Amino acid sequence: MKLVTAVIKPFKLDDVKDALKAIGVAGITVTEVRGFGRQGGHTETYRGAEYKIDFVPKVSLEVVVDDAAVDGVVDAIKASAATGKIGDGKIWVSDVDRMVRIRTGEEGPDAI
Amino acid sequence: MRKRALRIISGLGGVLAILAITPSTVFGQEIYEPTTQDILNNVWVFLAGVLVFFMQAGFALVEAGLTRAKNVVNIFAKNVADAVVGVLAFFAVGFAFAYGGDGTWIGDSMFFLSGGDAFGIAEAGALTLSTDFFFQAVFAATAVTIASGAMAERTKFTSYLVFSFVMCALIYPVVVHWTWGGGLIAKIEIGDAVFSDFAGSGVVHMTGGMAALMGAFFLGPRIGKYDADGNARAIPGHNIPFAILGVFILWVGWFGFNPGSELLADFEVPRLAVNTMLAAAAGALATTIVIWSKTGKPDLAFIGNGALAGLVAITAPVGTVNYGMACVIGAVGGIIVVFSVLFFDRIKIDDPVGAISVHGVVGAWGVISVGLFAQYPDAFVEGKVGLENYTASGLFYGGGPDQLIVQLLMVLIIGVWVTITTGALFAAMKATIGLRVSREEEIEGLDYLEHGIEGYAHDVAHQS
Repeated sequence: MKLVTAVIKPFKLDDVKDALKAIGVAGITVTEVRGFGRQGGHTETYRGAEYKIDFVPKVSLEVVVDDAAVDGVVDAIKASAATGKIGDGKIWVSDVDRMVRIRTGEEGPDAI
Repeated sequence: MRKRALRIISGLGGVLAILAITPSTVFGQEIYEPTTQDILNNVWVFLAGVLVFFMQAGFALVEAGLTRAKNVVNIFAKNVADAVVGVLAFFAVGFAFAYGGDGTWIGDSMFFLSGGDAFGIAEAGALTLSTDFFFQAVFAATAVTIASGAMAERTKFTSYLVFSFVMCALIYPVVVHWTWGGGLIAKIEIGDAVFSDFAGSGVVHMTGGMAALMGAFFLGPRIGKYDADGNARAIPGHNIPFAILGVFILWVGWFGFNPGSELLADFEVPRLAVNTMLAAAAGALATTIVIWSKTGKPDLAFIGNGALAGLVAITAPVGTVNYGMACVIGAVGGIIVVFSVLFFDRIKIDDPVGAISVHGVVGAWGVISVGLFAQYPDAFVEGKVGLENYTASGLFYGGGPDQLIVQLLMVLIIGVWVTITTGALFAAMKATIGLRVSREEEIEGLDYLEHGIEGYAHDVAHQS
């Protein structure tokens, strides 16, 4: 099993969710995060004084998938989260050692 | 230096002392000496005006609560702007257009409040120019702020400033002139019936609501409000506590709006407040019942709209109906608002807070309800007559259809005027300076891009 994590632009979340549902992904977890990569932040003014905002609001989503499904999931996220403008985000894949469904106690790929 | 200053001061003091003891006829004109009642009248109307101005906070909270966090600075900015620009515009020209002179179409005197008695009153029962302007200005601010809710989350700030100015300089004052100012609509007489709008369901709320409708229409719906099949999507507000606090603040403010419109400190004031209270409660309860049965849940945001609908509905008939009918009128307002909100959603007019329905549609109902339920004499319906010998003018009280016809004409005339003028204004802005923010800005949120600050900034932690 693999954990696919993606940091994307917040307004793209609905598109990504729809794309993942369309390929059969059963569930995702979403966190509101702030971050920056090459996008950098911007400068704001508050009561006449400037201040730099480095961190930009993003959404982080996590989904655990079967090894066989990883490439499909990565491609779906890549396609649906892209706007072509800087700040689109990143996707990374890591290993999952163990997975349990709390309600039934099922383990492994059955718990996905 | 000090000696010279002391001499000037004692000289001034002497002049003032002489003026104070001089009989009022010495300078060649009668100066009316105000009685305690006169002073009570003015102080009460002034205080009522303060309550009405506090409604600006109520409107701002309702609108902020029912829209998204990324636009919260912008919605408050619109509310500050329309109060600021509106009051100044009304001071400069609006009050003059509304109340200057006896013309049928528009006022032509008292620009910048000139020409009136700055300090006193001419006769018993009158309001000083300052009291009158203060009370009328806060009503103008109320009329203009109604539109900001329907235009929320996608309107350019500059365009909204222009709208605020034109609304309070011209569009609203003309409506006032045609009604409370004695112009076009006030001159309509059918039988014994003349128009009746005690505190402004038509003059203020319907006017604001129709402007809101034109604004929302020319703007178009928010991005994402309608899906590919044309169904409305919910865009939940980010702070329901704000919204309900806003409703309560408006409710309190309405105790200035309606009872203050008596323009006197008398026993009508508390009776008007009771009618107002009952209508608001009945409206909220009616909406609760309707939305609970329709959707299975008592949606608090809708219920807040229902209380406001009750308040808007009673604003015209408040002086002329009994307590029971106040409940009925408020309840009908609460029922209408649910179906109106759903209707506008269906015809693709995106109104984030329901302003068109609460103020425009229910405002019209308030005006019409006078024709149906008017019973007691109020300043419009019968003139000030005693309670022994009045004849009720409402259709259901044996007054025949005359009052109802006048009320319907009033709805029609105001509706046509506001639709045409605000429609022309929004169309002109759309074609020139632009009405709507860019797509990127609307998605990102208006706060940073229109105003340069965030509404809910994360704490910064400078270490040195």
